[in-house]
Amino acid sequence: MNVALRDPRIERPAQQHLGFVDCDVHPFFRTPADFDPFLSARWREHRQTIGNRSRVGLARTSMYPRMSPGNGMRGDSWPKTGGPPGSDLAMMREQLLDLFDVKAGLLAPLVGGAAAERNVEFGAAMAVAVNEWQCAAFCDPEPRLKASVQITLEHEESAIAEIEARAGDRRFCQVNIPPRGIEPLGRHRYRKILAACAAAGFPISLHLGGTSGHASTGGGWPSFYHEEHPSYVQSMETLVISLVCEGVFEEVPDLKVVMVEGGFAWLPSLAWRLDKHWKRLKAEAPQLKKAPSEYIREHFWVTTQPMEEPERPEDMLKTIEWIGPDRIMFSTDYPHWDQDDPRYAFKVRLPDDWARLIYRENAMALYRLD
Amino acid sequence: MIPPGAIDCDVHVTVPSVRDLLPYMEPYWREHVERRGLERENFDTSAYPPGAAINARPDWKPEKGPAGGSLPALQQHILDPLAPEFAICNVIHGAQMIFSEDLSLALCRGINNWLAAEWLDRDPRLRASIVVPPHSPDLAAEEVERLAGDKRFVQVLLLAMAEVPLGRRFMWPLYRVAEKHGLPIGVHAGSSFRHPPSAGGWGSLYLEDYVSFAQGHAGALNSLLAEGVFQKFPDLRVVLIESGVTWLPASMWRFNKTWRGVRAEVPWLNRLPADIVRERVRLTAQPFDAPPDAASLLSILDQFGSDEMLLFATDYPHWHYDEDEVLPAGLPPDLLRKITRDNPLATYPRLKQETP
Amino acid sequence: MAKHIVAAVAEIPPGGRKIVTVRGREIGVFNIDGTFHALINRCPHQGAVLCEGAIVSRLEAPMPGEYRLTRPGTMIRCPWHCWEFDIATGQSWCEPDDVKARSYSVSVEPGEALAKGPFKAETVAVSVEQDYVVVDV
Repeated sequence: MNVALRDPRIERPAQQHLGFVDCDVHPFFRTPADFDPFLSARWREHRQTIGNRSRVGLARTSMYPRMSPGNGMRGDSWPKTGGPPGSDLAMMREQLLDLFDVKAGLLAPLVGGAAAERNVEFGAAMAVAVNEWQCAAFCDPEPRLKASVQITLEHEESAIAEIEARAGDRRFCQVNIPPRGIEPLGRHRYRKILAACAAAGFPISLHLGGTSGHASTGGGWPSFYHEEHPSYVQSMETLVISLVCEGVFEEVPDLKVVMVEGGFAWLPSLAWRLDKHWKRLKAEAPQLKKAPSEYIREHFWVTTQPMEEPERPEDMLKTIEWIGPDRIMFSTDYPHWDQDDPRYAFKVRLPDDWARLIYRENAMALYRLD
Repeated sequence: MIPPGAIDCDVHVTVPSVRDLLPYMEPYWREHVERRGLERENFDTSAYPPGAAINARPDWKPEKGPAGGSLPALQQHILDPLAPEFAICNVIHGAQMIFSEDLSLALCRGINNWLAAEWLDRDPRLRASIVVPPHSPDLAAEEVERLAGDKRFVQVLLLAMAEVPLGRRFMWPLYRVAEKHGLPIGVHAGSSFRHPPSAGGWGSLYLEDYVSFAQGHAGALNSLLAEGVFQKFPDLRVVLIESGVTWLPASMWRFNKTWRGVRAEVPWLNRLPADIVRERVRLTAQPFDAPPDAASLLSILDQFGSDEMLLFATDYPHWHYDEDEVLPAGLPPDLLRKITRDNPLATYPRLKQETP
Repeated sequence: MAKHIVAAVAEIPPGGRKIVTVRGREIGVFNIDGTFHALINRCPHQGAVLCEGAIVSRLEAPMPGEYRLTRPGTMIRCPWHCWEFDIATGQSWCEPDDVKARSYSVSVEPGEALAKGPFKAETVAVSVEQDYVVVDV
């Protein structure tokens, strides 16, 4: 017997949305030359001649082309003034910041290629350039927007220098690291970078993406974007597993981790599974002083988009309860095709106190936005 | 607590060493193996270190030899006390890992012959999965054809993570044969380690790998759905073995959500993916990654939207439970009956067929 | 319900559309091969401006690899999450029975008849020489 599950669409907004904090906003450049003012002559020339080189077959186009133009942009977000979606601050205000009276928008710049760059010195230069550009193009003219520090994980010295340079600069809120790296983030060789983030008071945001050279799934490269899109969750799970099992939080107890753009309904089951298997394999991980789920509960936050849409909308409430409403933060992912509208994304009405936490208070506290 | 007549859908039988397979291999391959000294090896897999606590329950460890390597032990630990009507034997073996397609097939044949002679012939309660060279679908299909007449083989066994995602058209010759003979595809936890468990890279600990087997299953299921395997092979069923179950509802929500926007990329996928999964995909219920409280357990089981999906399994000799707590407490009696008997019988049509 | 004159027929050629506001709600009026259809300009999923999305065909496949393009120009694709809706019925491709965009009945009336009423012309000036698209809202 299959139980009937319905997926009713609601006609009216499920939530009071005004004044929320948006934990995932994507700024884009108008042209790659926008970064040039922030690059030395040496790297400017490199950018113009060789450019970014990562570990995939196509230099500029996604290996998994999206289903809408501009590598998956929201169709009505193309600026009339030209340039790609996310490049026009006036339009971002009109469609997001002013429309919803956004209190703060956390930028996640998926530009510059710093994280995945094989020439790590160029990567380091691009990370600095993107950080400068975020401020000049977005955060300085629009203080509601907050920058995320870009680093090149594979160049420890420059990464730590950049984290330290931005510490105390209130325009920056977190350090951005893509989950698809060469090795999982809990591996020992990344520990100093994580410690630097914690020392600077920056949470790290693991925003989906990265081109590690590893196949998107453990069983190899899928054929379709239809598989690629959900496979991002698998990389995020790998990083949760890695950070917890390696005992990172025993060594860096102040480290806070935010999972961005992977949805979140997968987290409870992962925590249960970790606890169950840790019970048997404890001897292998003596660095853990308590159950994996306890580290997750203390050190991880999740952002909502792409919002899972349970077959029965009310099942969302269970998911939130299992994760903890104090660990979930709303995000739109503007201007991507799969972005969420704060009024309609949850298909169930949240209790008022949960809504306050998720839309606003959790992010205000985590990022000290007051 | 397990009702009589249960069907144990995942029991592991361990090949003690390649030497044990020699009598069951063709002369050519016997000599090949001996020239290379491979009979001295046991082909343990990286996915299942035999000494890891999770892979051998302490009271099921024999004094010598590998856990799962002896029929009397299996009888004493599972078949006699739990009294299942049937138990399905799954062999995880290095034969499934190696690159040479022909050697892989030769070893798999040896395993299947050994399984029939040393296990199935000696206890009428035993059934088995056909072990195939997973990276060579044409040869795998041949091996299935060779054994299809023996109704004690009730399933074809693959690993969740191999060279290419399981839905790829490359794999279809195998699925065609499996469908023809009423053999579900058993997708067992594990990896041939061609790729790290996700694009996040290689972790440090076995604990990380073991937990990530569920991600491997999610990826394999995505592939089977997106490539249209369930449309192309309307009678094929898939059983996801040994990776927990509670990850499925959130994954189904995500499949559905992606499909509504991206389905034009895979236009043959013409129904809600979750509905296809409910009809065609089954999961063995050990290791059961249950929430800590009974109320949450019932909530998450309710989110499956079907009580036909879970299959009883001990995962012998792996250590996921103590004593006889083979299923989490608090399951309603109706569901318990379905999981232990009705669902396995519906999933494996060959269990109901006469055997010689 | 009342009949509203929303456009002169010539304003919306085959394959074209016009977004109009009637009684405070935005409606997309489409011309598919000479037949007019009207949908609410609001996606039932998350409220996007549905009728401003791309007008597309049905892309289907009876089996993997057997690609078919049918009924060109009959579907509207939401500019946000790419959900597809049948312009004639408002039914979604994925869940035609459960997820629909609201549709309105549309007729074409000669200007001569309209001059007699009881139609609401909103912002469209009616002349007796032309035909008009009329939406029931």
